[in-house]
Amino acid sequence: MSSPQNVYTVSQITAYVKSLFAEDLLLGDVWLSGEVSGFTQASSGHCYFTLKDANAVLRAVIWRTQANRMALPRNGDQVIAHGSISVYEAGGQYQLYVDRLEAAGVGRLWLEFERLKARLEAEGLFDPARKRIIPPRPVRLGVATSATAAALHDILRTLAARFPLVEVILAATPVQGADAPPGIVAAIQALNRWSAGREPLDALILARGGGSIEELWAFNDERVARAIVASAVPVITGVGHETDFTIADFAADLRAPTPTGAATLATPDRRELSATVRALAASAQALMTARLAASRSDVDVLAYRLGRQAPTLRIARDRQRVDDLGRRGALATAVRLRSARERLESHRLRLAALDPTAVLSRGYAIVTMPDGAVVSSTAQVSPGDALTVRVADGTFGAVAQTIDDGR
Amino acid sequence: MSDEKSFEYLYRELEDTIRKLESGDLPLAESLALFEQGTKLAEQCNALLDNAELRVRQLTARPDGGLDVQPIEG
Repeated sequence: MSSPQNVYTVSQITAYVKSLFAEDLLLGDVWLSGEVSGFTQASSGHCYFTLKDANAVLRAVIWRTQANRMALPRNGDQVIAHGSISVYEAGGQYQLYVDRLEAAGVGRLWLEFERLKARLEAEGLFDPARKRIIPPRPVRLGVATSATAAALHDILRTLAARFPLVEVILAATPVQGADAPPGIVAAIQALNRWSAGREPLDALILARGGGSIEELWAFNDERVARAIVASAVPVITGVGHETDFTIADFAADLRAPTPTGAATLATPDRRELSATVRALAASAQALMTARLAASRSDVDVLAYRLGRQAPTLRIARDRQRVDDLGRRGALATAVRLRSARERLESHRLRLAALDPTAVLSRGYAIVTMPDGAVVSSTAQVSPGDALTVRVADGTFGAVAQTIDDGR
Repeated sequence: MSDEKSFEYLYRELEDTIRKLESGDLPLAESLALFEQGTKLAEQCNALLDNAELRVRQLTARPDGGLDVQPIEG
């Protein structure tokens, strides 16, 4: 029992109680189920009600900003609410400050969803590092969805418009109801078996059109999540509408908001691809043109260099030297002339040895008699004579026919 | 259908051919051959893109547990 020395004010004690609530982890983040009663909404927009069960009641408040974002309950509704419990000093009451409210059935599903998501995430199933890249130009895609629902039609129509050369393998499965999770698992596994054993799949699309949380529930099934993670073929999900996120979406390699979105993410647009192909062809053309231009100038350079070495040029130089020498004295000149002539002769022979190939490659031929004499006149040849014709890369035999000596 | 003639194969060959042409140090004859090959590949790619029709087949389970496919309407 406290002594009169420790006399607290009401405010102090209330603040103390409030701090006890504030320190409590559970009370700061709690889910509750109960029945709504005494619900009112004040002109301020704030809502006040009580949550009750057989043995207890709890005052609850929804602030205007939260209230605007939710469907408000009615008296008698069984709900699941989320929020924090704290103390309202002026009223001397503890209250639940509500930030989320669901109808009981749906609320329970949401709780399950949150729990499973947290558990699988902790296991690492949603780890971004394990997600695989989808090939940009798939050869073959798998599709796991209902054979009769609109989602399949939407996917096929999108694929046909964007990238009709892709091949599609459909594994049909129920996508809602109790049969759906095992059906989806079987479909994913069948597509994987086909991919491994018969024809490789670049990716598979797991899809279902829009629906309520109950209708999409199969995609929050743990078995489906594990089948997606175990799939050797990368998985793209397209389930429900834009704002729906299922466990399957977190487990997938890539999530699209809808079935059509999944087909779009899986494929390139053929018009863009066609433009790229044309651009590649154009760049080949440009490269070739540049290459040809470069090679022509290479030939020019070579020809110039050869020209500077050519025997004809050296002969011209030597001729000039001979002329120079001629001006200088008879004996010396005679000696020099002789050696110059010898040099000329050796150059001429070298030229004779070198030039014929160049001449021959231009289409000229050397014709010889059987005894090897070079034919340079029609006088050497009679009709019926066997001749040898030498061209740039070899020889062949010929027989002289009519002779025309131009007279 | 052999994956050899697939669009993906042809497209990659085309990219490869351009890369080789870009690398520069090639004899003229080889450049010309690559250029012809590149042009042909581009034509084949665009023909596939323009003329393709979506081919859809459905997996079916055989009694022995094996898998088959059957064509279905797109």
